[in-house]
Amino acid sequence: MGKFNKKKGGELPAISTASLPDIVFMLLFFFMVATVMRENTLMIKNDLPYADQVEKLDKKDLVMYIYAGKPSDAYKNLGTETKIQLNDKFADVSEIAAFIASERASKREELVPFLTTALKVDKDANMGTIMDIKQELRKVNALKINYTTKKGDVFSH
Amino acid sequence: MAKRAAPEVNAGSMADIAFLLLIFFLVTTTIETDTGINRKLPPVDDNQEDVIIKQKNIFTVNINRNDDLLVEDERMKLKDLRAAAVKFLDNGGDGTCNYCNGKKDPSSSDNPDKAIISLKNDRETSYKMFVAVTNELVAAYNDLRNARAKSLYGKSFIEMQADYDNVNWVGNKTKLKEKLEKIKEEYPIKLSEVQ
Repeated sequence: MGKFNKKKGGELPAISTASLPDIVFMLLFFFMVATVMRENTLMIKNDLPYADQVEKLDKKDLVMYIYAGKPSDAYKNLGTETKIQLNDKFADVSEIAAFIASERASKREELVPFLTTALKVDKDANMGTIMDIKQELRKVNALKINYTTKKGDVFSH
Repeated sequence: MAKRAAPEVNAGSMADIAFLLLIFFLVTTTIETDTGINRKLPPVDDNQEDVIIKQKNIFTVNINRNDDLLVEDERMKLKDLRAAAVKFLDNGGDGTCNYCNGKKDPSSSDNPDKAIISLKNDRETSYKMFVAVTNELVAAYNDLRNARAKSLYGKSFIEMQADYDNVNWVGNKTKLKEKLEKIKEEYPIKLSEVQ
């Protein structure tokens, strides 16, 4: 009975990978929706501290970011002191005023009073630098600040 | 002539293309944290008038260079700070605060409007500790506001605020705003970060 001879090969049929693209696309869409493009390349360690009394920063375009922390491994030659990063480079405290001015100039005039400064500071940073930043922000009258933190319990971290 | 079936396009490499895109997005994007503690800095005043504040209305919180917490010149653990701050703020020593639940101790703060928390830190203090302490102090204010809102309107302050920010919330927003303002006025956040 030649008709039934075929089955004798005993090979497993190949698993269909036709749905693999669908799975990968699903992952792709998830990441596209849940993440945002990196704006700045961080040159410092930026492990944010935890807090639970947090509020959400709602208007993304009205936020100015100031980063601070110890230089990351690639910039170890700069020492271990807490450094400030504005946009894509290390900055001195005195450059904050100019940074705020340029951020304000890039926004519509009526939106300037609503600008918030988000301080993204590494949890191991020293307060000395933060105090300098705050003093500088007061001088240029940028009084709304936000200590950016991750949401979590203070005591367990 | 028999109809010729269109040849099937080989989709085997579709997965590769999708993987390529996926990896590109994984590398170039971050899951941004956009939450934090909002604070307002005091403006720089040139003509500073010396306002005399009674010592009993100031609650000093000091973090030294070793991240030790000193509250009113005594060492305290971080977990006790919230309760201590609530006790101080809600004291109502002069009797003008009819919504306070404190002990009305005359040697502590007069009323929530006059009570000031002064947070001092050293230059060597770690940011982690500073944020933790700020968080606890803000939590003390939020606890008081929540309790007050619950007793007045049956809903916590945080929930009311979430309602106010929620676009889909059905209800009278101007009324809600008034309620929120009232509670904010009763327990104003007077937390000063000394430079």
